[in-house]
Amino acid sequence: MQSPNQLEISRRDLLISSTATVAVTGVAADGAAAQSAGKIMDHTTKVSFTVNGERRDLDLDNRTTLLDALREHLHLTGTKKGCDHGQCGACTVIIDGRRINACLTLAVMHEGDQITTIEGLGEPGNLHPMQAAFIKHDGFQCGYCTPGQICSSVAVLEEIKANIPSHVTGDLTRQAHVTPAEIRERMSGNICRCGAYSNILDAITEVAGTRA
Amino acid sequence: MQFDTPATTNPIDRLKVVGQPIHRIDGERKTTGRAIYAYEWNDPNVSYAYGYPVGAAIPKGRIKSMDVSDAKKALGVLAVVTTLDVGDLKKGDFNTAKLFGGDQVQHYHQAIAVVVAETFEQARAAAALVRVDYAEEKGAFDLEKAMDTAAKPEESQEPDTAVGDFDAAFTSAPVTLDETYTTPDQSHCMMEPHASIAAWNGDELTVWTSSQMIDWWRSDLATTLGIDKEKLHLMSPFIGGGFGGKLFLRADAVLAAFGAKAAGRPVKVALPRPLMPNNTTHRPATIQRIRIGADRDGRITAIAHQSWSGDLPGGGPETAVNQTRLLYAGVNRMTAMRLAALDLPEGNAMRAPGEAPGLMALEIAIDEMAEKLAMDPVQFRILNDTQVDPENPERPFSQRNLIGCLELGAERFGWNQRRGPGSRRDGNWLIGVGVAAAFRNNLLVPSGARVRLDREGIVTVETDMTDIGTGSYTIIAQTAAEMLGLPIDKVAVRLGDSRFPVSAGSGGQFGGNCSTAGVYAACVKLREAIAQKLGFNSEDVVFENGQVRSGNRAVPLAEAAGSDGLAGEDTIQWGDLSKTHQQSTFGAHFVEVGVDVATGETRIRRMLAVCAAGRILNPITARSQVIGAMTMGVGGALYEELAVDTRSGFFVNHDLAGYEVPVHADIPHQEVIFMNETDPMSSPMKAKGVGELGLCGVSAAIANAIYNATGIRVRHYPITLDKLIGGLPDVA
Repeated sequence: MQSPNQLEISRRDLLISSTATVAVTGVAADGAAAQSAGKIMDHTTKVSFTVNGERRDLDLDNRTTLLDALREHLHLTGTKKGCDHGQCGACTVIIDGRRINACLTLAVMHEGDQITTIEGLGEPGNLHPMQAAFIKHDGFQCGYCTPGQICSSVAVLEEIKANIPSHVTGDLTRQAHVTPAEIRERMSGNICRCGAYSNILDAITEVAGTRA
Repeated sequence: MQFDTPATTNPIDRLKVVGQPIHRIDGERKTTGRAIYAYEWNDPNVSYAYGYPVGAAIPKGRIKSMDVSDAKKALGVLAVVTTLDVGDLKKGDFNTAKLFGGDQVQHYHQAIAVVVAETFEQARAAAALVRVDYAEEKGAFDLEKAMDTAAKPEESQEPDTAVGDFDAAFTSAPVTLDETYTTPDQSHCMMEPHASIAAWNGDELTVWTSSQMIDWWRSDLATTLGIDKEKLHLMSPFIGGGFGGKLFLRADAVLAAFGAKAAGRPVKVALPRPLMPNNTTHRPATIQRIRIGADRDGRITAIAHQSWSGDLPGGGPETAVNQTRLLYAGVNRMTAMRLAALDLPEGNAMRAPGEAPGLMALEIAIDEMAEKLAMDPVQFRILNDTQVDPENPERPFSQRNLIGCLELGAERFGWNQRRGPGSRRDGNWLIGVGVAAAFRNNLLVPSGARVRLDREGIVTVETDMTDIGTGSYTIIAQTAAEMLGLPIDKVAVRLGDSRFPVSAGSGGQFGGNCSTAGVYAACVKLREAIAQKLGFNSEDVVFENGQVRSGNRAVPLAEAAGSDGLAGEDTIQWGDLSKTHQQSTFGAHFVEVGVDVATGETRIRRMLAVCAAGRILNPITARSQVIGAMTMGVGGALYEELAVDTRSGFFVNHDLAGYEVPVHADIPHQEVIFMNETDPMSSPMKAKGVGELGLCGVSAAIANAIYNATGIRVRHYPITLDKLIGGLPDVA
């Protein structure tokens, strides 16, 4: 994803940006506003990343989250905004094989990254096995958390395969297994207010079984 | 179609499609991210602007002035519209608090401005630059303190009911209970925030929004904006959950409309998550006193249920006593509701309004009473079952199989393994089981639909009915397929558009039965049109296997349609069957919990619901509604509470981090059983609803299970560990 060095630069840019904003709001009207406009305009950034196999080049306000870059700039609205604060998981996407809340990460932090969204997992008529399992087990109702649940589910099975432990993993020295407790724990960042959890577990368990 | 006599045999009874476990017809769209929700409509030729709302920072008072000069100068800003700019607006019929307009602040986070900019980031940043000078007034925010000043709500709410002589019967009863229970304010927390896109074309307005009730919104938005309803086109084909929170017009639609007018461009507005609990409605808190008197043999002789709740002036009570009027027998009975004026945000419907909090209290009281009588709580409920309206014994229930639900549930759950309070243990876990009855009335609302048959033999259903996750798309397709003898893939369903016939909408668990009954009525019209065109006698005509048949003549539907196609449109209207007969749905919830002996943490181990709710139109989607409701009941029992800051007058935990709803780790495997039942009084579909029934009683079953596990009776929700830890046994 992001080298520490790049992250440092981003942080410094953000600091400069916020200093400028403070200075501007502290200054009285007319000429200053026009001047500040130019300065703030400097704080857009060109970024290129790959979404669902397709290279995308964007010039974005630095404040744009990856979520809004996907939804508002690329019109990939399968990734949902439920809270915009990292509390619900509806915006979960997969970046370089790991899941992430797209609302909690700025788009400009993802130069060169490989991003997979729900649209990239499968499409009507050519479903990803997890999408098919969600339909079979009715692992959703309103459908708004569903893309996030499915992206999370796909990544969760990879995490367990990669032996990344969770809070409920008993023995850290042995291979983690796909168990209901492991799935429930790892999926708990994805809220479903319709309450399809019991069915979602069945869907993930089935996909895990056919993969094993 | 007027439904005024009980249904007899009709084409739905064939059950070739209706009643079958058919997967959601919108499933592929939802699981691949192709279902388009309100904020997501995108025409590449349109340049949308972004509106960001500003909420009031005081709970009550007046806005003296607003300074938007910095906001207007901020980069990218196209317009700022304030509540002072638009002045007083007419309030829609369904809202208690105004959504926007004028200088009065009625509650915290009431919308007072919308800032419109080229981008979301610019609008959000500029919204923070709006400065407001308030004249704050003192408000009332504490229900307990306001109890003494609570008034009798208007008579239409039936605030006081009484039959027999409760006081005398209670005083003379050998076994009595008199306890007070509280339920907190709760928030819907649907996953999709309230969101709208508004686009003006001259004096015509198009709004993509997230609404459970298209026609209510259309009327109220037209009223608020002062435009002709006919000039307003509303669309809401996918809704990311509602639970009652999207029944009534919300501020996002109003702000988008004003913002779009001011900016001269289509504008998108979504309520930021932290604005939602205070800007929108919530389920009001209650204080409930329940008194029950019984003979020594366990028969209830006296039952009283009083409830206090609060709302803004002009609002209504949380009708928490209503189920007590119908659920159990007892000759002497009374209920009373009192309403306190509070300056918290508007209280209004949340899933199973009335029954959900009412049963949270009543079904603990029943458990307590059973214990006083040394009776099994299942048996106590069975003993006090009634097959007639207890206030009016001449009036029977259309169907009532509460006993069947309790008995089957007890058998499947292994209820006979239950032991006395605090006597089962599994390692660090104290184990207990609990039961509660579920009860929710069946409401009948007119519902219309239009059905077209085209020359390809495809039937298209159009109705302004909404699918908030309930499965409307699927059960409506099943209904039309059954009526016309087609497989479900020959039916297309278009919902949530104000150009379509007005439907029941999604609310009060009436949507499934009523909207499909409306589709049934429209299909009857279409069948008649087809028969008439072919010169068939519509009495003996059969629609089967894609053909229409009369005697030895059979014509494929596509051919019957001809090049112009055929259509039928109708609205189901209801006679007085719900007056002559009490129509309700019933169920029983069984729960097993573990309570950590050291920490007091409660975990749900098993859940079973048995439901008797008329014909189940689709066992997959119906089951999902019930398990979802059971999940919400877990939240209500253990976690959910909008914490009131009684000094500053707002809900403090106004986001999904502070207001805790159940997550995956909280929910075990859930079992649901539907009783095999049809109710010919309910509609031609013979169905009722399950979406709210599934929630009713769940929280009390959990509370009762916690009591069984620990011996600690908690009467104040949510049952958090601090309410248990002092009473737990000592651990070494």
